[in-house]
Amino acid sequence: MSFRLPTFPGGVHPPDCKAPSAGCPVAAAPMPEKLAVTLAQGLGAPSRPVVAVGDRVLRGQLIAEPGGFVSAAIHAPTSGKVEAIGDCPHPAGVKAHAIYITPDGADEWAPGANVPAPAEAVAALKPKEIVEKVKAAGLVGMGGAAFPTHVKLSPPNDKPIDTVILNGCECEPYLTSDYRMMLEHAPEIVTGLRLLVRAVGAVRGVIAVEANKPDAYERLLREVRGIEGLSCRMVAVKYPQGAEKQLIKAILGREVPSGGLPMDAGALVQNVGTAAAVSDAVCFNRPLTERVVTISGDGIERPANLLCRIGVSYRTLLAAQGVKTEARRLISGGPMMGLAQWTADVPVTKGTSGILVLTTPPPPDWTACINCGKCVEGCPARLMPNRLSKLGEFRRFEDMAGRNVLDCIECGVCTWQCPAKRPIVQWIRQGKNELRLAKLKAEAAKKKAEAPEGVLPK
Amino acid sequence: MTEPAAPQGAPSAPPAPQAPAARLPEKWLVGSSPHARSGETVSQIMWTVALALLPTCAAGVVVFGWYAGLIIVLAASSAVVAEGIVQKALGRKVSVSDGSAAVTGVLLACCLPPNVKWYVPVVGSFVAIFIGKQLFGGLGRNYFNPALIGRAFLQFAFPTQLMMPQWPIVTRGSVFESLTGDIFKVASGTPGGADAVSLATPLAVIDPGTRALPADASPLAALGKGMGLDHGADVLRDLFLGNVPGCIGEVSKLAIILGGLILLFNRYINWRLPVAYVGAALVAVLVLPVKDFAGHWTGIYAADVYWPYIGQTLLVHLLSGGLLLGAVFMITDMVTRPTTVKGQVIYGIAAGVIVAMIRLYGGYPEGVCYSILLVNAARLVVEKYSMPRVFGTKRA
Repeated sequence: MSFRLPTFPGGVHPPDCKAPSAGCPVAAAPMPEKLAVTLAQGLGAPSRPVVAVGDRVLRGQLIAEPGGFVSAAIHAPTSGKVEAIGDCPHPAGVKAHAIYITPDGADEWAPGANVPAPAEAVAALKPKEIVEKVKAAGLVGMGGAAFPTHVKLSPPNDKPIDTVILNGCECEPYLTSDYRMMLEHAPEIVTGLRLLVRAVGAVRGVIAVEANKPDAYERLLREVRGIEGLSCRMVAVKYPQGAEKQLIKAILGREVPSGGLPMDAGALVQNVGTAAAVSDAVCFNRPLTERVVTISGDGIERPANLLCRIGVSYRTLLAAQGVKTEARRLISGGPMMGLAQWTADVPVTKGTSGILVLTTPPPPDWTACINCGKCVEGCPARLMPNRLSKLGEFRRFEDMAGRNVLDCIECGVCTWQCPAKRPIVQWIRQGKNELRLAKLKAEAAKKKAEAPEGVLPK
Repeated sequence: MTEPAAPQGAPSAPPAPQAPAARLPEKWLVGSSPHARSGETVSQIMWTVALALLPTCAAGVVVFGWYAGLIIVLAASSAVVAEGIVQKALGRKVSVSDGSAAVTGVLLACCLPPNVKWYVPVVGSFVAIFIGKQLFGGLGRNYFNPALIGRAFLQFAFPTQLMMPQWPIVTRGSVFESLTGDIFKVASGTPGGADAVSLATPLAVIDPGTRALPADASPLAALGKGMGLDHGADVLRDLFLGNVPGCIGEVSKLAIILGGLILLFNRYINWRLPVAYVGAALVAVLVLPVKDFAGHWTGIYAADVYWPYIGQTLLVHLLSGGLLLGAVFMITDMVTRPTTVKGQVIYGIAAGVIVAMIRLYGGYPEGVCYSILLVNAARLVVEKYSMPRVFGTKRA
């Protein structure tokens, strides 16, 4: 290519492995005998159930309300009976309760849900009202991090957002759910983008698509043509192009300040799937009850993109798509940043972009760093992973703080590349955690020291 | 509190294809992401470096004969044996198959004269591996290039064999003779050797009175004479192809560049480092003042007579001695160079200036080995002050 596509410094090119599922149109996933709707759908506080065991619920009916500001509402994914509310394994490995629903097969919508809103009514919505509708629909970021969307849409007044970026990079290998969304739901994505731009008062909306998805790019380009303020940009194929800060750098040339949020750079980044969900929520009063999940990996017989109800267990989906006997790993998300699962009984959540079954054997034993510099070259945060890894190797976690370890985005580029197979990002995670614990301890000690004599601190 | 239905088995809803319950593994392999790794390994890197050294070794054998090949094999195999013995003795995991010891041995052989006694590479390899590498903790933990540690040790242990008062003569047509003939055809008393002659610079022979050069003062002519080559105009070609005396691995620049391309293609070296090293050496050779034959200090700025010979001077410095071998294979050694690109440029420039100073002022004709060992010591400092600006932070 004679011109250079926008991108960020660093990064790597892992094999994209998207071919097995890229050509599969989104198909409906099987409806299981039981749905486990976990109360920890997104980042932040778990939601509070508002239904009782034995209740009959309808699809789209609120079953749990936000448990705090950073928390999202949850709706029944189908009509049925609340069987139980209790423990449930969670794909993020956290302890969480789930509302177990036995579908009744009618899949009946709750009154008022799934009703198209008149175009004039949508056009008349004030920014605050759009955010309210997004909040009411229980939207979280669907790219994987599952951060409640309404929180991102409510920046403080002193942090104006001028650009909304829709993330259609899908830089993780294997995943094709965003790609299928862009091909099949381009109008909804663009409608969602317009709503997001209005909600935060931005002046422009940009859809970023990696150059390995030219058909999705063309499709969206057709859709945004002629709409003022909206554009579609092709970005270089590179991992982690879809990381929020790296995408902002590529599109706007701005760096989100260390420790800051995208709004500090005047940007809001949302996944393309989230934008489609915004459109559904605002224009159709459709709460988030289902999402597209890529089922792929070299251990899957029939890779697919499935429209799954929230709460369907991985086991059901794997049974439908077939698992090869060599299967070794079960991953929620992509191979670079996804979470390994110890059981297939975890349910699909609003943040599940893909379920991968890989045959990858355990990595060989790591050896000493040979200083090849590939991690330094590839680090999108421009850290020195080689030095951090040596600190990790000798458990000098407290020294990591002086090396900007908190700026690590944990993309795994260093570890993916390392010829010595060193668990670099794993040490960094451990270091970050040790630092967090040390800080908590120091705060507790300070509190104790400041407490008046004879009074025991709580 | 209900447990999730354990065997959810076949789905029941209408859109479901009737699939049999998946036979899932009883235990899944878990771990912290990333769950995929690139296929590249340390031994792959090391064996690729060995491959890149192959043309250079082959050129050494072609130019100097089979005995040079024997030196290379002896050095490599004794490095591997030394690594195995030392690792066993120190209770470490024996990792000779990763290829790093073999590479160290071959590199050491590359900077030995082709007519050293058989025990020289054996002793050198042992020192390189034991002192230069394993005492620091093994592969990746050494501060100095092990092969150069071995070379520096041999320099003092066997000065008569390494100071090279004697050079095997290479004459036109001898390439094939040397394959079969007597490779110990040594000319005693050949002045200097390639390195010493490479110091020839017109500045040193300027007549302070007339500011003119003697007739044979062209660097190439001087070099050709010094090497006992009697074919003036072809000196450059012979320097490039390797039809000259010198150390086993440094004679053929063509072979070295070929190896360098292999390393570049595999992205094991960054072109900026060798270019900075060689470039800085050449610039320093031009800029640094030298003594003329009458003992007066003179510099490029004072010698108009010098200008016509700049090209030749640079070529002589570039193509003679071990500069290119060092630039492609030694200073680029991953373990002992800084990881940041900016740091590599600084590091290369520093080493280049040191080479030029040793060549121009030192008591030893070749500076490559010591220049690299010196900057090896400064590697971590250079890296520390050349770290990239962390994403999202202000430039300090």
